[in-house]
Amino acid sequence: MNKKAKKWYDYLWIVSLTYLILGFFNILFAWLGLLCFFIPLIISVAFGNKGYCNRYCGRGQLFGLLGGRFGLSRKKDIPKWMKSKWFRFGFLIFFFIMFFQMLWNTWLVFSGARDLNQVTTLLWTFKVPWHWAYHGTILHPAVAQFAFGFYSIMLTSTILGLITMVIFKPRSWCVYCPMGTMTQLICKAKSAIDDQRNNKQTEDLYESFEKQDGI
Amino acid sequence: MSVQKRKKAQVEQNLCVACGCCAKVCPINAINVYKGLYAAVDANKCVGCGKCAKECPASVIIIKEAAL
Repeated sequence: MNKKAKKWYDYLWIVSLTYLILGFFNILFAWLGLLCFFIPLIISVAFGNKGYCNRYCGRGQLFGLLGGRFGLSRKKDIPKWMKSKWFRFGFLIFFFIMFFQMLWNTWLVFSGARDLNQVTTLLWTFKVPWHWAYHGTILHPAVAQFAFGFYSIMLTSTILGLITMVIFKPRSWCVYCPMGTMTQLICKAKSAIDDQRNNKQTEDLYESFEKQDGI
Repeated sequence: MSVQKRKKAQVEQNLCVACGCCAKVCPINAINVYKGLYAAVDANKCVGCGKCAKECPASVIIIKEAAL
């Protein structure tokens, strides 16, 4: 059995790693992380598949590499409750709340109600000073506030992913990844709509047959 | 003729997260993510090597004997 030939997209883990590193030098790079939000959503809405998870997700590849090739994973089964629907949806909702809180903080800075807070919040608790990655912006400070908030989310989820990578299987993050849950939901909705349309077409076809037969 | 039994991968589809890790490791492309919903095994192709089951982060693939 031959090993599969590597494609260009098998190296996207380099992009994910670079993204995390860039955030240590200039926080404004955090904005690029929006690509990891929009591309999977666009793919699922436009094509009705999880092409992002399946091929392009650099974070998944990074976990696969560290946990697999570098052997940093115990490779044990993930507990049942972590793959249950309520946990996956619960985590998605939790993530949404965090996301909107981040947008709210950005708004507060934008409206002038609050000053720019140059910290990265890890695991929703630990406020880590991050001023060394901010060198001012020609735009509004709110742009930087969004970057700090967004980078916090990205780093926090990476840490969670690393922890579950070590304890369970390399890509355990994929089981409860909010983007994965969301894109799967979109695919489910799309497929249900397709089925309905197909059923309708079949029904219409039968109806036209019946008319032809004069029933 | 006796009933042949071969080992095949089987996916617990309602718990599958459709991440596609299985498809990535399958040496003969016998498993694919169907419409972003779940992984589906092509039983005609699958040789039951178990690579997908080992890789699956949700551990929802089992290798089971199936009658052909």
